[in-house]
Amino acid sequence: MNSRSHILARVRRNQPAWRTLPEIPSFDRPLADPWAAFATALARMGGSVAVPPEGGALDAFICARFPQARVICSATPEVAGTRAVATVRDPAELDDVDVGVVRAVFGVAETGSVWLSEREFGVNVLGFLSQHLVVLLDPRSLVPDLHHAYRHPGFLEARYAVFMTGPSATADIEGVLVRGAQGIRTMTVIPVAAADASSAYQPGRTA
Amino acid sequence: MTRVDHAEASSKFIEAKDHADFHDKRLWDLRKKRDSESEAMPEWETLRTLASAIKEHTLTHLGDYLEEFERNATANGMVVHWARDAAEHNQIVHEILEQHGATTLVKSKSMLTDECEMRPFLENRGIEIIETDLGERIQQLDDEPPSHIVVPAVHKLRGDVAEVFGRTIGTDAANTDVPYLAESQRRHTRPYYLKAQAAMTGANFAIAETGSFVVCTNEGNADLGANLPPLHIASIGIEKLLPKVEHLGVFVRMLSRSALGSPITQITSHFRAPRPGTEMHVVLVDNGRSERLGMDDFWYSLKCIRCGACMNTCPVYRRSGGLSYGSTYSGPIGVIIDPTFNLRKYSSLPFASTLNGSCTSVCPVKINIHEQIYKWRQVIAERHQLPMVKKEAMRVAGKVLASPKLYRAAVEAAAAGLDHLPRFLVYNPFNAWGRQREVPSAPASTFRQWYVTNRGAER
Repeated sequence: MNSRSHILARVRRNQPAWRTLPEIPSFDRPLADPWAAFATALARMGGSVAVPPEGGALDAFICARFPQARVICSATPEVAGTRAVATVRDPAELDDVDVGVVRAVFGVAETGSVWLSEREFGVNVLGFLSQHLVVLLDPRSLVPDLHHAYRHPGFLEARYAVFMTGPSATADIEGVLVRGAQGIRTMTVIPVAAADASSAYQPGRTA
Repeated sequence: MTRVDHAEASSKFIEAKDHADFHDKRLWDLRKKRDSESEAMPEWETLRTLASAIKEHTLTHLGDYLEEFERNATANGMVVHWARDAAEHNQIVHEILEQHGATTLVKSKSMLTDECEMRPFLENRGIEIIETDLGERIQQLDDEPPSHIVVPAVHKLRGDVAEVFGRTIGTDAANTDVPYLAESQRRHTRPYYLKAQAAMTGANFAIAETGSFVVCTNEGNADLGANLPPLHIASIGIEKLLPKVEHLGVFVRMLSRSALGSPITQITSHFRAPRPGTEMHVVLVDNGRSERLGMDDFWYSLKCIRCGACMNTCPVYRRSGGLSYGSTYSGPIGVIIDPTFNLRKYSSLPFASTLNGSCTSVCPVKINIHEQIYKWRQVIAERHQLPMVKKEAMRVAGKVLASPKLYRAAVEAAAAGLDHLPRFLVYNPFNAWGRQREVPSAPASTFRQWYVTNRGAER
C-alpha cells in the first residue's frame, strides 16, 4: 500500500464520530468611520496613511516623501516611478528597489490590512524586496472585518493573495520591536479613488 | 531512548537568574497583550467556540477533506506528496531538491520540519539550509532547537544573541543593540534569497475548498523565499486542514491575537498555485497524527493552531524554559502531544504542570489541555512509567489519605517533625516540593486538634 492510501485508510479508521460544521454568524456592528478605523489599526501595526494634496501629482508626492530613493518601481499605471514592473523579467532584478508602488484591491478596517494578489504586484516579490512600499487604496474599498474580507472572490482565483499590514517586523530578541525586519521597512497607504470606479471593490454592493 | 528529566533540566534553567526572570516576564507580557486583545472583542468566546467546532468537524471528516485538498491543489498545478512519517517526509523533500539540482534552501519557520528533524538530514546530504526567521536563525547558528513555537529564541538575552552572531556571521560581539542585531541578520540573509534554488515554508492552514494554504508571518522572510526561487516546498501536517476559505476569518482573527497580542500578523499569505514557470510542492505529513486521531481522550490536541498562548500563560513553562522539555513541542501543548510520540521518553512531562487550567482558558480552539495532562498522568501510572520516588511518595500518600486515623497521625507527626527535625531530614530527596522552597513552619495545633477543642461541643 502506498503512503497516500495508508494514511487515508488510517485516518478514516480512526476518525471520531462525525461532528457538524457550524454556520459563522455575522459579527457586524455599526462602524461610524471605516476609514478612521482602518487608519488607526494600520498605525498600530506600524503603517501610516498619507493624504496627497488636492489635484497634486502622485509621482511628485511619493518622491517628496522618499527624497533619497533612486529606484521607484511601480506596478500601477497611476504612478510612473523610475521603473515599470512590467519591464522586469527576473524577480531578483527588484533587489535594488527603494520604493515599490502598488494599488491594493481593498482594505480591512478591523486590522488595517490591504489585500494584494499577483495581479496587483505584477511581480510578487515587489512587496518584499522593496525597502519601502507605497499602497494606493480607494477609501471606498474597505470591508469592516476579516469575515467580510474572506468573502472576496479573489481568494478563489488568485495564485497568490496576501494581507499586508504595515511593514515587516520582528520582536524575536527580548521582545524589542524592530520595524523593517527582512521585508519592507515602511508601508504608506495613500487614499486615492480608483480611476475606474467599477474596479473598486465595494463590499456594500456585493453583500 | 533516555527519559527526559524535566525537573532536572529546569533546575539548570533556573540557575541563570537573569535569564529565568526575563523569560518569565517576557512571556507574561505576551499573555497580557493577548488578554487586552481578546477582551476588546465581544465575540471572542463565540469565536473560540466556532474555531473548536470547525476543527472538530474537519478532524471527524479528515479523510474527505484531505482528498478534496489534494484534488484542488493538483488542479491548480501544485504537486502533492504524502509522508507517513518523519523519515519519509525528509526523503521526499530531499528527492525534490535533488531533482531540481537545488543545493541552497531558504527556509521559513516550521515546527513540522523541526519535528521531523529535517535539517540535519538534508545537511548531511550536502544541502545548505538557511533558517530565515530571526529567532529560528539564532537557534540554528547556536546549534540549539527552538525553545518556543512562536518566539524560538525567547530564552536568550540580547548579549547571548550578540555573542552567537559575533561568532557566526561576523558582527561586533560587543554590540548588543537589538536593531543592530536584527539589521545584521537582514543584510546577512538577503543574498541567500537571491541565490537559493529552493524555498521552504510550513503552513498555518490548508483549505480543502481551494487547495490553497496559508502562511502567517511578520518578518517578510517566508514571502521573500516563496516569491524568488523557482521552487517552493511546503510541509503541512494533515491536521492543518480547514473546509473553506470563509473559515479563515475565525482563525486568522484569533491566531496572532492569541500568540503575540497583535490583531493580525504583518503578512498573511495565501498560496493557491505556483507562479508561472515555477514549481510548488506540498508534502502532507502524518507522523503519528492519524494514530492520535483514534485516541478517545487525546485526539482533541489535533485542533492546535500552534499559537503558543498556553505556553505564555503556563507558570511552569515560564519558569523552566522550552528546552527543558527535551522535545520540539514544549509547554502545555507539548506535554499532551509529546507522549504520543514516545510515552517512555516523555513520561515526566505531564508532571510539569500545576493543573491550574490557565492553558485551557486561553486556548483559542478550546483544547481541554489541563484535563488531558491529568489523563496522561493516569496513563503513565498505569503503564508503570512513574519514576520510583514519585511512585513511592504516591503509594504512601494514597494509603495515608485513605485512612483518617493514619492521616491524623501523619499530620501531627509532620507538624512536630517540621519544628524539630534537622534540615537534612526535612529537605530529603523525597520532598521535591522543598527543593526550591522553604517548608512553612507548622501551626501550633493541627486543624483537627483545633476543631475538637473549639467546636467539639457542637457535635
